[in-house]
Amino acid sequence: MSQSTTDAAPLSFEAALETYEPVMGFEIHVELNTATKMFSSAPNAFGDDPNTNVNEVDLGMPGALPVLNGAAVESAIKLGLALNCQIASFCRFARKQYFYPDTPKNWQTSQYDEPIAFDGHLDVELDDGEVFRIEIERAHMEEDAGKLTHAGGTGRIQGSEYSLVDYNRAGVPLIEIVTKPITGAGARAPELARAYATAVRDIVKGLNISEARMERGNVRCDANVSLMPKGSATFGTRSETKNVNSLRAVEHAVHYEIRRHAGVLSAGGSVVQETRHWKEDSRTTSSGRPKSDADDYRYFPEPDLVPISVTADWVEQLRAQLPEPPAERRRRLREAWGFSEAEFRDVVAAGLIDQIEETVAHGAAPAAARKWWMGEISRLAKTRDADPAALDVQPATVVELNQLVEQGRINDKIARQVLEHHLAGEGAPSHIVTVRGLEVVSDDGALTAAVEKAMAENPDVVEKVQGGKLKAIGALIGPVMKETQGQADAAKVKEIVLEKLGMTP
Amino acid sequence: MPEISRADVEHLSALAHIAMTDEELDKMTGELGVIVDSVKSVQEAAADEVPATSHPVELRNVFRRDEVGHVFTAEESLANAPDAQDGRFKVPAIMDGE
Amino acid sequence: MSDLITLTAAQMAAKLAAGEISSVELTQAHLDRIAAVDGEINAFLHVNADEALETAAEVDRLRAAGGAQADALHPLAGVPVAVKDLIVTRGQPTTSGSKMLEGWMSPYDATVVTKIRQAKLPILGKTNLDEFAMGSSTEHSAYGPTRNPWDTSRIPGGSGGGSAAAVAAFEAPLALGTDTGGSIRQPAAVTGTVGTKPTYGSVSRYGAIAMASSLDQIGPAARTVEDAALLHELIAGHDPKDSTSLPEPVPGFGTAAGNHEVAGMRIGVIKQLQGTGYQDAVLARFQESLELLRSAGAQIVEVDCPSFEYALGAYYLIMSSEASSNMARFDGVRYGQRVLPDQPPVTIERVMGATRAAGFGEEVKRRIILGTYALSAGYYDAYYGSAQKIRTLIQRDFEAAFASADVLISPTSPTVAFPLGEKLQDPMAMYLNDIATIPANLAGIPAISVPGGLAEGLPVGVQFLAPARGDAEVYHAGRALEKLLNDDAGTPVWAQVPDMEVAK
Ligand SMILES: [Mg+2]
Ligand SMILES: [Zn+2]
Repeated sequence: MSQSTTDAAPLSFEAALETYEPVMGFEIHVELNTATKMFSSAPNAFGDDPNTNVNEVDLGMPGALPVLNGAAVESAIKLGLALNCQIASFCRFARKQYFYPDTPKNWQTSQYDEPIAFDGHLDVELDDGEVFRIEIERAHMEEDAGKLTHAGGTGRIQGSEYSLVDYNRAGVPLIEIVTKPITGAGARAPELARAYATAVRDIVKGLNISEARMERGNVRCDANVSLMPKGSATFGTRSETKNVNSLRAVEHAVHYEIRRHAGVLSAGGSVVQETRHWKEDSRTTSSGRPKSDADDYRYFPEPDLVPISVTADWVEQLRAQLPEPPAERRRRLREAWGFSEAEFRDVVAAGLIDQIEETVAHGAAPAAARKWWMGEISRLAKTRDADPAALDVQPATVVELNQLVEQGRINDKIARQVLEHHLAGEGAPSHIVTVRGLEVVSDDGALTAAVEKAMAENPDVVEKVQGGKLKAIGALIGPVMKETQGQADAAKVKEIVLEKLGMTP
Repeated sequence: MPEISRADVEHLSALAHIAMTDEELDKMTGELGVIVDSVKSVQEAAADEVPATSHPVELRNVFRRDEVGHVFTAEESLANAPDAQDGRFKVPAIMDGE
Repeated sequence: MSDLITLTAAQMAAKLAAGEISSVELTQAHLDRIAAVDGEINAFLHVNADEALETAAEVDRLRAAGGAQADALHPLAGVPVAVKDLIVTRGQPTTSGSKMLEGWMSPYDATVVTKIRQAKLPILGKTNLDEFAMGSSTEHSAYGPTRNPWDTSRIPGGSGGGSAAAVAAFEAPLALGTDTGGSIRQPAAVTGTVGTKPTYGSVSRYGAIAMASSLDQIGPAARTVEDAALLHELIAGHDPKDSTSLPEPVPGFGTAAGNHEVAGMRIGVIKQLQGTGYQDAVLARFQESLELLRSAGAQIVEVDCPSFEYALGAYYLIMSSEASSNMARFDGVRYGQRVLPDQPPVTIERVMGATRAAGFGEEVKRRIILGTYALSAGYYDAYYGSAQKIRTLIQRDFEAAFASADVLISPTSPTVAFPLGEKLQDPMAMYLNDIATIPANLAGIPAISVPGGLAEGLPVGVQFLAPARGDAEVYHAGRALEKLLNDDAGTPVWAQVPDMEVAK
């Protein structure tokens, strides 16, 4: 094919969908949160100094041998079950052989024709509630590679003078989930892509088998896209966009690849079977390594590991430990809490389901729990550039704060201050209120004096109120608050003003 | 089974990442041919119904407890490195014009 | 030459325990012997004198102090041992006989080395081998061949020629070897010593640089069956670091080697492991051994193992496939040599290619290429897959044979030691040396080679095989033949080796 056809301008998404039907496929790699590596007892930890979470096994030293982490196998079985897969009664590891400096033995220990889980499906719900079934081909265990940093030149592979290798990630347990080809999504393909990746992330999070943080690479999605002319049943040539590391990016990558393929095909060109790199800044992909005949992985069963046989008893024991599937749980909670679709979607997007559920469990009304987490706590999190769920605020604290407001002991404004003091480590809300003397002024004497002063200083406002414009009272509240250092209850102020003017509240 | 050609050996040396001179390729092509001839009988004798033996002594489900064992310091990791920088192994540019 | 070094390891242990000799004295005697003869033999790639003497002094100190710590000493404490340089050791270089690992210092000990250190056997040093254990003559070492103490113009067998020669030349009473297709037994046969390939999984492979993972086993080299059994007992046992390690407790191999009764023992002669390719003198000695065993009351039967015809082919496919993979880690990135290409560009691909071209010798490259071929797209089923089926057939042959025999017997090697260089240019001829030893590796069963007398002044080996986990049986049978031959000749074979120091 000529350069001009592969470089053809992408079509608009709408134009692409008029002519072509997209076919997708996903390979999602999930990093497990085990204490140790897949085959060595070195720590599975993120963020440490380079080459300090390794031993002779992870460095592929001569003579070193692998021993399988039993916890990783259980995680794989649980994930297989959550994906409605069959669990293989017998399976093995194989060596996938290729030379690359981030791969210490120059083979990846993976599962080839004998995955631990296969033939599953996952029902994925789109934003409008439409449910799409994704068929899962397999979920298999394998190990991660080390991390390469390219130095000199541009910092990317191309043109770099040398590379530095940190093997801390080498041997981290992975489960790779492979879908069957996904057809029939049409224009909703990008949306479905994001929904699927979200569903998988939520499942592994719910199973507590992974930290599930995409930005850290705990969940990495490779998106395969191809197009076929509408009405055709023959798949086109696919591209594989690697390591797309956010949910949005998954959607955008599929969207872009559909447009790009359509551009190439409409210009009479043919799509190159290759890996593509996702470029977040331009929301486009760029050409990576072409798939070639040189990819001869020479798989064979790993002789240093023995086969795994999973009994029905073992499977049932693990099945009994499975949490409620995330989709079912969401349906149940939304009904129980009485939130609208939009309200609930916002809670899900903010990652606050667990927090709200616990806050409700501690005695708060669902609406109040939602108000606190989605409101004040989220705002505070934003100023700190953090996830609200990651702030050190316990559901019990929220319940306590909410009670203080409901009892009229503090107002919303003070509650915000209490929360900040709490985050600064000053203790429980009621303690903070007492120690800092933040309780709303209920002593009528002091408050009445402040109101009288405000009325004397604002005769025009008083005149308006007397004229029936009750809303004007709001203008008095500011000065009263100032006088009482914010500890006045707005309702009470209104009451005193009316009383002074001989009007009935 | 096809005969082994010099081009095959060249491909194999690339797969195995062993640079070979023309002379070495010629010599290896001849030797490999003889060896491959002598192992041909194996596939004739291996009937379909015979199961494969991957491990001479059968064991199953050998697992390790998920507990941290010994770990190298960065110095130990890099003690034998042909080249290193900033606590990492240093290697020449990864790919030529990838 | 000190008299101490011609004792057996068991005798040394007894004298140490009785306080008749010190370990320092014993270790020094071996170091002196190495200094005297190893220039000629080249059994050692590294001599570990200081550390060996330190360990020896510690044992002497503990013994002298008496009490619980002295009582807790391993029976072999203070008896020196040599370690094949395929087994990793801290504090000593491990080269595998390859330029690739020249100067490499392992940051960890092999499990067998840990056991030896715990039992306090002074480690004399690291012994020579065919590069990465790939060969049958120790001529494929990057550091020069080892010579056979019986005739220094001949090979000591391989790949463990260094360990066998060291033991035969009294440079060490005990040594560790590794056996993938006969690398402990064939050198034992051609040097008049004893060597065992244990049941697969009997000894941990952790720290033995892998050639073919499903075939490799570490085992003992010694001059007597009892000594081999004692060393095997010391290094055996479950290791959680080796997934293929057997979980059972270790039986008393030493005790089995004390039993020389063969009355009623059914010994099966393998029909396929004699005849064409075997030297007449080797077969003659073998027949004499059978006669001795029969006259001592053993029941000699013939067993048929028809699939052995394919054993060599299956072995070369499985071994080379696994070896091609195991050798992939040597790429000049993390350890070992790095060689830059002559011409630019200096990409990592080309550095790996140049490193592996320069670091590996011819035989290693041959096996890597063969294995790469056998595993490459489209050939897996025909080669590796078929070879694994042959493995099943060979196991079935053994199973049937063991139904009518307690142990099996064959010559260990088809020939006596051949002259250095004789088969170096003919890989197939070299491979045929392993014809009798390979089936045990394919089936995972234990096998021992014991001296079977001399043929024109050169040793001949006899091999016994037993069912998997029946290692005690090969020591029992081996000890029986050893005693019959010693009684018959009036002296052990190993004692008849020419005196090197006089020869010089
Ligand atoms: Mg993949
Ligand atoms: Zn993968």
